[in-house]
Amino acid sequence: MSKINELFNSKLNVINVGIEFFKDDILKQNATATHLEWKPPGGGKPELITALDKLEDPALLEKIEAANKLAVERIVNSQPILIGFDQAINCVPGMTKTTILHSGPPITWDRMNGAMRGAVTGAIVFEGLAKNLEEAAKVAASGKITFAPCHEHNCVGSMAGVTSASMFMHIVENRTYGNIAYTNLSEQMSKILRMGANDETVIARLNWMRDVLGPMLRDAMKLSNGIDLRLMLAQALHMGDECHNRNNAGTSLLIQALTPFILETNFTTEEKREVFDFVASSDYFSGPTWMALCKCALDAAHGIENSTIVTTMARNGVEFGIRVSGIPGNTWFTGPAQKVIGPMFAGYKPEDSGLDIGDSAITETYGIGGFAMAAAPAIVALVGGTVEEALGFSTKMKEITTTENPNVTIPLLNFSGIATGIDVRNVIQTGILPVINTAIAHKEPGIGMIGAGITYPPTEAFEKALLALSDKIS
Amino acid sequence: MSTKVVIKQSTYFDSVSLMSLSTKANQIEGVEQAVIAMGTEMNKEVLRNVGLLTPELEEAKTSDLMIVVKAATDELCESAFLKIEELFKNKGVAKGTSDIKYPTIDSAAKSIPEANLAVISVNGAYAAREARKALDNDLHVMLFSDNVSIEDEIALKQYAHEKGLLVMGPDCGTAIIGNVALCFGNSVRRGNIGIVGASGTGSQEVSVRIHDFGGGITQLIGTGGRDLSEQVGGIMMLDGMKALDEDEATKVIVLISKPPAPSVEKKVLDQIKLCKKPVVVYFIGGTEESVVAAGGHFAKTSKEAALKAVVLAGADESTINKRALNIPLVEEIRAKLTPEQKYIRGLFCGGTLCDEAMYIAMDKFDNVYSNIQKNPDYKLKDLHVSKEHTFLDLGDDDFTNGKPHPMIDPSTRIARFLQEAKDPEVGVIVMDFILGFGSHEDPVGVMLPAIIEAKELAAKEGRHLEILGYVLGTDLDSPKIEDQVNKLMEAGVTIASSSTNAGLLSREFVVKGA
Repeated sequence: MSKINELFNSKLNVINVGIEFFKDDILKQNATATHLEWKPPGGGKPELITALDKLEDPALLEKIEAANKLAVERIVNSQPILIGFDQAINCVPGMTKTTILHSGPPITWDRMNGAMRGAVTGAIVFEGLAKNLEEAAKVAASGKITFAPCHEHNCVGSMAGVTSASMFMHIVENRTYGNIAYTNLSEQMSKILRMGANDETVIARLNWMRDVLGPMLRDAMKLSNGIDLRLMLAQALHMGDECHNRNNAGTSLLIQALTPFILETNFTTEEKREVFDFVASSDYFSGPTWMALCKCALDAAHGIENSTIVTTMARNGVEFGIRVSGIPGNTWFTGPAQKVIGPMFAGYKPEDSGLDIGDSAITETYGIGGFAMAAAPAIVALVGGTVEEALGFSTKMKEITTTENPNVTIPLLNFSGIATGIDVRNVIQTGILPVINTAIAHKEPGIGMIGAGITYPPTEAFEKALLALSDKIS
Repeated sequence: MSTKVVIKQSTYFDSVSLMSLSTKANQIEGVEQAVIAMGTEMNKEVLRNVGLLTPELEEAKTSDLMIVVKAATDELCESAFLKIEELFKNKGVAKGTSDIKYPTIDSAAKSIPEANLAVISVNGAYAAREARKALDNDLHVMLFSDNVSIEDEIALKQYAHEKGLLVMGPDCGTAIIGNVALCFGNSVRRGNIGIVGASGTGSQEVSVRIHDFGGGITQLIGTGGRDLSEQVGGIMMLDGMKALDEDEATKVIVLISKPPAPSVEKKVLDQIKLCKKPVVVYFIGGTEESVVAAGGHFAKTSKEAALKAVVLAGADESTINKRALNIPLVEEIRAKLTPEQKYIRGLFCGGTLCDEAMYIAMDKFDNVYSNIQKNPDYKLKDLHVSKEHTFLDLGDDDFTNGKPHPMIDPSTRIARFLQEAKDPEVGVIVMDFILGFGSHEDPVGVMLPAIIEAKELAAKEGRHLEILGYVLGTDLDSPKIEDQVNKLMEAGVTIASSSTNAGLLSREFVVKGA
């Protein structure tokens, strides 16, 4: 029987795109109809539609699908293992005593926002390259400092992402593919360097982290065979974290794993006590750890020819940048950093907020954070307040991703895997942007964190990426 | 200034919820500063920074909830506290995300494997792409959108043909699939007559007449107006005919179109020869010989097409009320008209209804003008001014141009009607009123005030104003056809029982010396 005759003989089931009352009329006649929440692809821009059309040519489509399959396989199969801690100068590729890494795409000192400037000057003082903040600002502007994105040195950095030579780093090795990712240690909350604060208390904390916390973690991990972070991440999601803005469970799991080794180090009981108190002072302790895990897995998927999968989303407080697997190396596609909307600490108003900043959107790129809101009902206040909304966010992200990661699942969504492999084509086709959970730093240097909320990338970044992919893939 | 502090011992809330509550508390009228937080060192530090840390608060434990409100007066403080208590109780209302929304045809089709047809009515610039996506997903397509290029139409229809799928359209307004009317359509009985139509209101008219004659419809496949053009080559009409020929429930096939391109007409006629079932052909203004030579049944009018189909499908012709033309009525109207009142003015929403009435008039008159006349000599030069016999398709791009179709927005027709009603040379104004899915909820009602006004004006001037109305619809349609007809009759409008009769009556009213 021909397909047309099959249609005559089956119950009509309509997908309606466009005028909504056509759906209502169909329902009135006891047939089934589903109305799409449709938007013109590419926001209706002809050049984007042309690019989408081009990439749908069957020959190209086959190549892209094969490349994307490989890319998401590498993300899913990556097994990031925490293998140690060390100072950046000892482990981060290309690190020098005068290098300062920052979050997001490349940016020069003169264009940095308040929080990043605060962090940079604080780091210069911390490294002994200037006596005080005033002098540090001059050093920063002098050209003596090499600024570079964390991402271009196998690193990620939360918020301002400022990473300097003496800071201790997580070292996370991809047991499947061999690559290594780094990130510095949590300073906990909330008046901290990464949020732009830089007074003596901030520098004192950094000194202690360099002299006590970092060495203790380094020595502890020397006694370990490595900690399987993906396994721990999966547990944390089952315990109510989304591992970007909520890290209560993950931090408990991580310190639980580290504690036996910490106890065996040669530090004094008092110093160990300080470390445990420090970890207990904020749930954020494991936040950077998950970022390094995500970076480690996504780097393994970067540089696959013809792939349209996003491997990086990162912001420097001025621009939001993405990198795409099929365009290897450090090609960034950028647009303006956006506002972050959400609850704020007492005494602060939305106009105090700096724009979206940090490499932490690497978590959403991997499929946790905002993408895994359904795993963290405790923090639904961030996304409007109801569990249904949280479920909606996680479900919606599947419209722009390629697969689900079976290793990391969400109980409330019937244990379906996290949405994995953001596809530039899907973002442009649907107009659905990745949702990002994040913190809000004060727009002025020296203050710190003032709230948390959600934000979205600028569409431009994805538009530019699509056009570049359409030029490149043939 | 007043400050109030409450500490709730051993009451835990997570920090994000509390930040959210604090934000809301700070928006309460009269509140200078409000902090709702657990008694952690960090939170106490925040309170100290804003000068709100009291000795009492300094004693709060990590497990204690601190609520601090600063306001201008004690009263404001108290009322703010009551509102904060409410905030703790208010968990918010679910926004119904369980009702899944799909952004693309791809994702909907993947999640709804039973889906079998996409109805696409997006802007023409995006329509072809969506139609292709639907075909990629093995969905049949009804493409309501217009402004789709002929190249896209050809590519879509060839792709659909290869996959064995339907592409109804572009610019397809009507279809009935499995007894479900899509977009603009009427409620008609299920039966054994299948229709393939390249003209929307023509197909609606034939389906409604079949219903009126006691017959019923299996499927009504729309093809879009360009299907029978040289370039498109009738791909969908041919595929539709084949499918209806294979369809067990269909006993008779009716084809409806404006005159096709000669090469395409030949293809269609060749296909008729291959059909196992009788095929009735109503190509407006077409000729009988070629159809009969191909073994088809020729219909000159929409009414004849419906009647032949019903009889071929097995009805006893003698039992059918054929709604014969009311000859005494014609005599009566002629008697009312003065010698100057000699022209027909047709104001139509339905393009095919306009075409049919126009062709009927052209059988007896030469001076028939229209915006849709094929012969350039008789195409209206100034669309705003009627000339002799004038038939206007108000749904054509000439008149819509960014406005909604007159089936939905009657304003253009009302204005034009009042203009025609003042013309002393007008013998009859003929209008259609289309009921059913997609149409205006009360097409007669919106026209009535203008009709009454025009009638009164003519009466004052001592002339008869003849208005002929045709209501396209069935007894199953909404609004009720009976009510619509009655309203017209009460306003003194003469009623035609079909599109064909509307054409014939309007012509006969003004034929002189018959």
